[in-house]
Amino acid sequence: MKRIITGIAAFALAISVFAGSTISVCAKDKSYTYNYDYWGDVQDSPDFYMVQDSFTSGALGLDVPMKSPQGLFAKDNLLYIVDTGNNRIIEMEKNAEDGSFKVLRYITEFKGGDLEVKTFATPTDVSVDDDGNFYIADKDNSRILKLDNDLNYIMQFTIPVDPSLDEKTNFQPNKLAVDTAGRVYCIATGINKGLIKYESNGDFASFVGATPVSYNFFDYLKKKFATQAQREKMISFVPTEYENIFMDHEGFVYACIASVKEEDLKAGTVHAVRKLNLLGDDILVRNGEFPVYGDIYMGTGGGISGPSRFTDVTCMDNDVYVCLDRNRGRLFGYDDQGNLVFAFGGNGNRDGYFRQPSAIVNMGRDLYVLDSLDCCITTFVTTEFGDVVFDAMEQFDRGEYDASEASWIHAKDLNGNYDLAYIGIGRALLRQEKYKEAMEYFEVKYDADNYSKAYKQYRKVWIEENIGLVVAALIVIVVVPLAIGKIRRIKREIDMADIFRI
Amino acid sequence: MIAALKNKSKWQRYFKSLKFALYCLTHPLDGFWDLTHEKRGTYAAANTILILTLLARVMGLRFTSFVIKPLYWEELNMFTYIASILFPLALWVIGNWALTTLFDGKGRLGQVYMATCYAIAPYPLIQFPLMIFSNFVTVDEVGFYNMVNVVSLVWAVFLIIFAMQQIHEFGPGKNILFTIASIFAMLVILFILMLFFSMISQGIAYFISLGRELLFRL
Repeated sequence: MKRIITGIAAFALAISVFAGSTISVCAKDKSYTYNYDYWGDVQDSPDFYMVQDSFTSGALGLDVPMKSPQGLFAKDNLLYIVDTGNNRIIEMEKNAEDGSFKVLRYITEFKGGDLEVKTFATPTDVSVDDDGNFYIADKDNSRILKLDNDLNYIMQFTIPVDPSLDEKTNFQPNKLAVDTAGRVYCIATGINKGLIKYESNGDFASFVGATPVSYNFFDYLKKKFATQAQREKMISFVPTEYENIFMDHEGFVYACIASVKEEDLKAGTVHAVRKLNLLGDDILVRNGEFPVYGDIYMGTGGGISGPSRFTDVTCMDNDVYVCLDRNRGRLFGYDDQGNLVFAFGGNGNRDGYFRQPSAIVNMGRDLYVLDSLDCCITTFVTTEFGDVVFDAMEQFDRGEYDASEASWIHAKDLNGNYDLAYIGIGRALLRQEKYKEAMEYFEVKYDADNYSKAYKQYRKVWIEENIGLVVAALIVIVVVPLAIGKIRRIKREIDMADIFRI
Repeated sequence: MIAALKNKSKWQRYFKSLKFALYCLTHPLDGFWDLTHEKRGTYAAANTILILTLLARVMGLRFTSFVIKPLYWEELNMFTYIASILFPLALWVIGNWALTTLFDGKGRLGQVYMATCYAIAPYPLIQFPLMIFSNFVTVDEVGFYNMVNVVSLVWAVFLIIFAMQQIHEFGPGKNILFTIASIFAMLVILFILMLFFSMISQGIAYFISLGRELLFRL
């Protein structure tokens, strides 16, 4: 008995000693650029973009410092900043050699036209068409101005005439985009019927691309039984407003929505980014492993929670579009299939971090991000890794599959955790009809769709080559059981036959 | 032990009882009656089927095509994975026996176990060829795989229900009633287990804190 008691005591002591020891865990430093693998694990990545320079008002040599700038527009080597707080637009020319900027002119007023007010009041966005005409969203003057390159008034776009819209509504055009035919697409504060589309002669055409209204059955039921007073307090089921738009090189409009809810994004009822065609249909391809909504982990961290809030979007000529998240100050690049190409950035005061990012544009592969709080433009240029990935994508689109394969292999060597590189190699191999090797690359990164494409071809080729074997196998499968049955029957008949009975 | 292994008639009986599982697949009512009443089933065969089932499940992790079952190895715990079959099986056998023995069920605990093991025979029988088949499948053809997969499970469930009916000598209505009741019995056992587990862990925590206190004082 005594031995048992001492045994228990020793056991309890041993447990207490082991339970007392703690394991120390080191927090790992996350890299600036990251990506998600197939399982949604965050994978560190070499930098895709790096900060080339950041331009404050002083560095640009402005006469008056910028005040909460809201808009950015790039055309060829010209960059336009909408200096909202100072009611002006700054036109700058980029020096291609060292990436610096030279201020060409300050646009503060226009000439001609029989309008009373010839200055701007809180301009929020600008666009320039191929002829050099300016389109300016003059927000507090309730108009969109079209000026020629010498700032002569051409025409204005005013509040849309539509039965569904109250004439007394305060029309506040906020963001705009112009297509090659001179049609204007505009987002106005407080108008949630979609984008306002004007014909090139200034007439209101229609609302296009309203976001689908999302509500669930319980919301509906609750609303049915609520009193009038309760109902007024509830969130009404209306389409959400777009935050910003961008016209890409093919004439499609990329539109992003910032006021998204986590559950709607995860349920897939709301999309943070939409690509609208002329009819306003969403034609964005979402074949990626994860939906196009930026960070897939939305938990609280550093006092920030909730989904990525895309405040602007820009699309490059290789169909990679970059979304700017104002919630966590990050940039997310997606390819034309909806795969996350890169993600980087953060909130802070260092180079490459933002406090209140509000606009993004691209010139070729370079990215320009405007921070309204810092009044600063950050220039990003691609690193070797970024260049190689873009090269590989462009080569693939041009049909140079062996060059694309080589570029993807280079990208894979630079970043072994980059799923797109493996899949890219596989896709290039698939086009070169090297099915077996392609299958191996797809299998490594769990790309079932592409694997199946390669395997289907591989299987077809294998059967064609071994048709004799396949036919032989089929014959064996069909004939052998038949033959066995026949032999058995004969044997049975022989056994039963009278002749052999003794 | 070795003498038992060399006993030829025992081996013969073992293989015969294992082969009888195939008969039960297609003739459940007749087969499961004979299983206990004619003593045509053996525990050795039942254990073999169970081991094959576990093997099919574990091997399926590795040898099923990633097109159908992509597996995140970092998250896999082999022990809980195996327990995810053994634990419900044990709950079922105990719960079913504990309940039916109160209501004229003729089956004994061991017989319930044996019959259940015989009844899950379709699972390994279908899963092993299916595992090989999965590697020749593209995403468009996954439907075929899923259909056969479901067949293996539904077949096993039906066999379990029929097996219990024959083991306990119940009528069909009573059998269905007790099948549902057994599931509730499983839940009750689970609840009691969790209750005991939390009580025991609190008891251990008490002794640990006592030991800590002693260490501080000494």
